[in-house]
Amino acid sequence: MTDTDLDTFRSDTRAWLAENCPPEMREPVRSDTDVCWGGRNFAPSSPAQKDWLDRTAARGWTVPDWPKAYGGGGLSAAQTKILREEMAAIRARNPLNSFGISMLGPALLKYGTEEQKLEHLPKIARGEIRWCQGYSEPNAGSDLAGLAASAEDAGDHYIVNGQKVWTSYADKADWIFCLVRTSKASKQGGISFVLFDMASPGVSTKPILLISGYSPFCETFMDDVKVPKANRIHDENKGWDVAKYLLGHEREMISGMGLASGGRNPLVEGAIATIGLDHDGRLADPVLRTQIALFEVRAKAFAAMSERFIDELKAGRAHPAQPSMMKYVGTELNKDRYELMMASGGSDALEWESERSRTGAMPRAWLRTKANSIEGGTSEIQLNIIAKRILELPGA
Amino acid sequence: MPLYLNDEQTMLRDTAKDFIAEHAPVGHLRSLRDGNDPTGFSRDLWKQFAEMGLNGVLIPEAQGGLGLGHVEAGVVLEEIGRNLSPSPFLATAVAAVEALKGSAQAERWFPGIVAGETVAALAIDEGAKHRDRIAMTAERSGNGFRLTGAKQFVTHGHVADLLIVAARTAGSPDDAEGVTLFAVPKDAANLTATPERLADSSLAARIAFEGVEVDADAVIGEVDGGCGPLDRLLRAGRTGAAAELLGVGGGAMDMTVGYLKERKQFGVAIGSFQALQHRAAHLYAEMEVARAAVLKAQQLLDTGAEADAAVSIAKAMTGMATTLSVQEGIQMHGGIGMTDEYDIGFYMKRARVLAEMFGDIGFHADRLAKAAGY
Repeated sequence: MTDTDLDTFRSDTRAWLAENCPPEMREPVRSDTDVCWGGRNFAPSSPAQKDWLDRTAARGWTVPDWPKAYGGGGLSAAQTKILREEMAAIRARNPLNSFGISMLGPALLKYGTEEQKLEHLPKIARGEIRWCQGYSEPNAGSDLAGLAASAEDAGDHYIVNGQKVWTSYADKADWIFCLVRTSKASKQGGISFVLFDMASPGVSTKPILLISGYSPFCETFMDDVKVPKANRIHDENKGWDVAKYLLGHEREMISGMGLASGGRNPLVEGAIATIGLDHDGRLADPVLRTQIALFEVRAKAFAAMSERFIDELKAGRAHPAQPSMMKYVGTELNKDRYELMMASGGSDALEWESERSRTGAMPRAWLRTKANSIEGGTSEIQLNIIAKRILELPGA
Repeated sequence: MPLYLNDEQTMLRDTAKDFIAEHAPVGHLRSLRDGNDPTGFSRDLWKQFAEMGLNGVLIPEAQGGLGLGHVEAGVVLEEIGRNLSPSPFLATAVAAVEALKGSAQAERWFPGIVAGETVAALAIDEGAKHRDRIAMTAERSGNGFRLTGAKQFVTHGHVADLLIVAARTAGSPDDAEGVTLFAVPKDAANLTATPERLADSSLAARIAFEGVEVDADAVIGEVDGGCGPLDRLLRAGRTGAAAELLGVGGGAMDMTVGYLKERKQFGVAIGSFQALQHRAAHLYAEMEVARAAVLKAQQLLDTGAEADAAVSIAKAMTGMATTLSVQEGIQMHGGIGMTDEYDIGFYMKRARVLAEMFGDIGFHADRLAKAAGY
């Protein structure tokens, strides 16, 4: 595609977005209930949210770089980048948040059969099915390969028994992608990757109340759940390959947290609003000013790193373990950002129930970020991966 | 433009890498130091740089250069940093060239720079900390100007053929305007350069201008209009110093990771200890982030986009990452890292000098904060 074609694509995209992105969808998301997750029980928070999802899904732009046959937009890497830039320029909200898009989709595209792709991908693209992830277990967190949930061979299906934990939004999800043990012969070599409907008999969930007062995570119990073998992705006992591939995408997604939202800077604006400027136009708390300025250097350097990582990924030049580095830096930065936001907010940022604080949106978000360096593989696990796979340091 | 080196840039990097590692490895710095070399770098090596065409990397082709950009200059600087090669490349081929570019003075000085015969030095700083303040004065005198004041931290200032001098032709020291940039030949009367050896064994001069007379044509650009070329010089110098820092930090990291693999304690390679693996992996992540920040600044400079913030981010971030790299380098080398015989200490000293040059971490963080209105 020539530069002229790309210029045309950019102007067409800009015009389409101007026409089709509702003004309400150009405001930042204010709380978790404002996020569009789709699914069988999807209740739009506004007509604008529904319009925005419908219009983008109709063009395949919820997943612009997926093939059209699977509900995607069939865009090239360069076109996808342009679309993202144009959306960012008008501060358009993500029309659809989905673990199906960020995690399962890429794994299905790589490991799924044609039948599996046609069955699941278009529904993900249209936001019809909301997915959750069944990886961690009470005794298999960082040591994920130690998982025990079993899938017993029963001819054309498996009988699944066991428990998962930290299943994000399991109580709201329609389907789950799940790691189960199909053999005890080897730790990593005895795992299979299966999909099943959360409405299947024998599946139950229980939310876990967190320090933030919310419960986005659940415990998920599986009691003699019947899972057709046709729902297994990739070969039996080869689920670890799929899981690892998917984890790379999950880490990429989480690493995005370290990025400042484009345009104005909420951290700086918040600090100016509460603390004020001195006679020289500097933040009246010199220590906090220094901390914010040094944080901004790191955050903006990380934004450049993210740009570089995406460019390298698209060109097939990224080191396969680089998502671990991105996840490590991005999540640590996000925690730092929220510590500074709390410091800037002072006592205002401590209100937990008041209307003025939108029911403690800030302190709850601050507490939520503490999980960033635990979920999707702890920071320590990411450092292990960098040490072994990138620096090639010897095993202990 | 994707944020990685293209094929031509990669080729240039490989060429620079091989050439510098062969002709100016760390041992070259060590022998200059041990010999108490009064120049501080090798004129022969500067000639060889010229033969490779590298000195003209930023000079337009019409003026005998390669007509390339800051990404390419940075590729060379990173290898200079990795090998701790003493070289006038940053001050001459990058910062001075950017200041002179497009001015009448370019015709006079570019041929010597391209040929490896001319070395330029930057008389910019007036105090121990880099800042925007310029107190040195240039008063009209006869057909030209009379320069009075003092500069310090002028790398190669005692042997430079050309000094780029920022002096005040109007206003008071803290004003942004009223500055003029001069190209002063080294043989000017009433100019005293006193070289001092620095911690990294390089030489930088304190220069006294006690009524130095220069012709009107020594002015680079416009009288009172020095901000333009000075800003170009500073952007290029800061970005270039960041690239060199990247090389210093990367070289120290490579040396440290290599040591972790070979050094045995308790019967195993110390690199198998998780405590050290995590420190090394954290260091790697910091260096990668710094690398992206530097390339971003270089690309913005090359496309002519607004680059001020990116330049400060690059300089501050490489300052942080490289400081971490050399400190972790010595710590993980243990006692041997403290010995003069081992090279890692040279990296720490060079990193400290480069971190200070053209503004340190605090200077650039402060600059970003001011630009963002807080």
